[in-house]
Amino acid sequence: MAGHVPMQRAKTTVKLNHSSLKEPKVVQWLLTFIALAFLALFLVLPLITIFMTAFQKGLETYLTAITNPDALAAIKLTLIVVLITVPLNAVFGVVAAWLITKFDFKGKNILITLIDLPFAVSPVIAGLVFILLFGAQGLFGEWLFNHDIKIVFAIPGIILATLFVTLPFVAKELIPLMQAQGSAEEEASLTLGASGFKTFFLVTLPNIKWGLLYGIILCNARAIGEFGAVSVVSGHIRGMTNTMPLHIEILYNEYQFAAAFAVASLMSILAIFTLIIKNIIEWKSKHI
Amino acid sequence: MSVLQRQKKKKSILPGFGLSLGFTMFYASILVLFPLSMIFLNTASMGWSEFIKTVTDPRVVASYKLSFGAAFAAGIINVIFGTIIAWVLVRYHFPGKRFIDGLVDLPFALPTAVAGIALTTLYVPKGWLGQLFTFKIAFTPIGIIIALTFIGLPFVVRMVQPVLQNFNAEIEEASASLGARRMQTFRKVIFPELVPAVLTGFSLSFARALGEYGSVVFIAGNMPMKTEITPLIIMTKLEQYDYAGATAIASVMLVVSFFLLLLINIIQWWTNRKFVHS
Repeated sequence: MAGHVPMQRAKTTVKLNHSSLKEPKVVQWLLTFIALAFLALFLVLPLITIFMTAFQKGLETYLTAITNPDALAAIKLTLIVVLITVPLNAVFGVVAAWLITKFDFKGKNILITLIDLPFAVSPVIAGLVFILLFGAQGLFGEWLFNHDIKIVFAIPGIILATLFVTLPFVAKELIPLMQAQGSAEEEASLTLGASGFKTFFLVTLPNIKWGLLYGIILCNARAIGEFGAVSVVSGHIRGMTNTMPLHIEILYNEYQFAAAFAVASLMSILAIFTLIIKNIIEWKSKHI
Repeated sequence: MSVLQRQKKKKSILPGFGLSLGFTMFYASILVLFPLSMIFLNTASMGWSEFIKTVTDPRVVASYKLSFGAAFAAGIINVIFGTIIAWVLVRYHFPGKRFIDGLVDLPFALPTAVAGIALTTLYVPKGWLGQLFTFKIAFTPIGIIIALTFIGLPFVVRMVQPVLQNFNAEIEEASASLGARRMQTFRKVIFPELVPAVLTGFSLSFARALGEYGSVVFIAGNMPMKTEITPLIIMTKLEQYDYAGATAIASVMLVVSFFLLLLINIIQWWTNRKFVHS
């Protein structure tokens, strides 16, 4: 860890007993076995279950399930929500990280806590707050009704709830990264006469691109999969306000297990892709 | 994480302070601060006796106990197994390690509803794992603990892993050369360094588990007084258009969340102070 004064390797002739530096082989074996068994039980087995159940009634049922009009509508809505929320929160993340890491101001820690909050709040509450604002009895309920604008139990509500839940992802990735990088390069660029925007796009952005992508990937995964918050504000109108996770819930509660797991398998493939991209980014950012 | 080291900086020459401050404050206020304050505004207008009656209703109290108990149990399971997994991933070599390391984040990437139905299918009495047990797992608190363990696992592993990676091998060598046995070195040298990371991982997974909804509703069975978690009570009240009741319970959960966030920040601050001397 930082702060530990590196000790000089003493040139002693004391031969360290190997067993006092490493666990006995039996212990190593046992620990590895426990770790792998736990991961197999909790992560691998559920994944296998998803695909097995999805195909248990054959390929035809699978294809019918994922090409069903309601399923397609759910996929489309999920795409719309992701395409709106992820870019917005990515821009917010970059701006907030710039503000927090490049400037000193009063109340910075409060602002950081505010950005953290959505992670600590239950998704159900994240949905509830927008009902309190825009629902029929909500703060703006009457005004919205008079102007014939629907926010909750409609797509805007789903977007707002998803924005809330995924707000911290990009900022949380970028703040420690930009903090560690410091501002020297930007200062040099400005001193040499580059404009602020030029400095940002030619100096800062290339430095943070992997961290930014990493945050976007995580934000994207959560936006696709958010269930609790969206469930509260969606109104569950089939073919209209059902995202993919909500569609899965409906199918599951109707005992259409094969169909539910067929849609779930699509989302699992997306999740696996997310993990692969995430690992590539981690590898790249370590090796470049 | 969130507690940044306070450094005395010279006035920044970088541009965009006003713009970024304005945009960040506007965005975060509109989306987070203002909506969340609605919970407390609405609760305040409810009246004290009504509020107390709602949040201490026996069914609601039973849900607090279940949510806290299950989140705590899942946190402890994750501390034990998450630390072992982190240890094995950092210290030992075995085929497929990189693949398994990448897999640890699955709970972050997999939608909670998908995890919920998969775990339920596994643990129902006739499921692959459910049939191995003589007692019920799905639709009992044990099922809830399993779902919450799944959700919280990466938090502990990802907090402990970097600490082990950066651990100074020379300290272990010093301990060994001074005659400590391996177990002593672990207990007295390695473990104390892991404590802050383990605590942070526990708090993060506990906080997440308290509010978790998607993965739990399917496996919980949702029986009042028995397997009904607090977020589900809020949901049920909303479906009955009891907005005041839902909001009152939400305000209790929010206060707990604030407290947990504070606790996590204190642990982080304490760690930074302890380990980072400038």
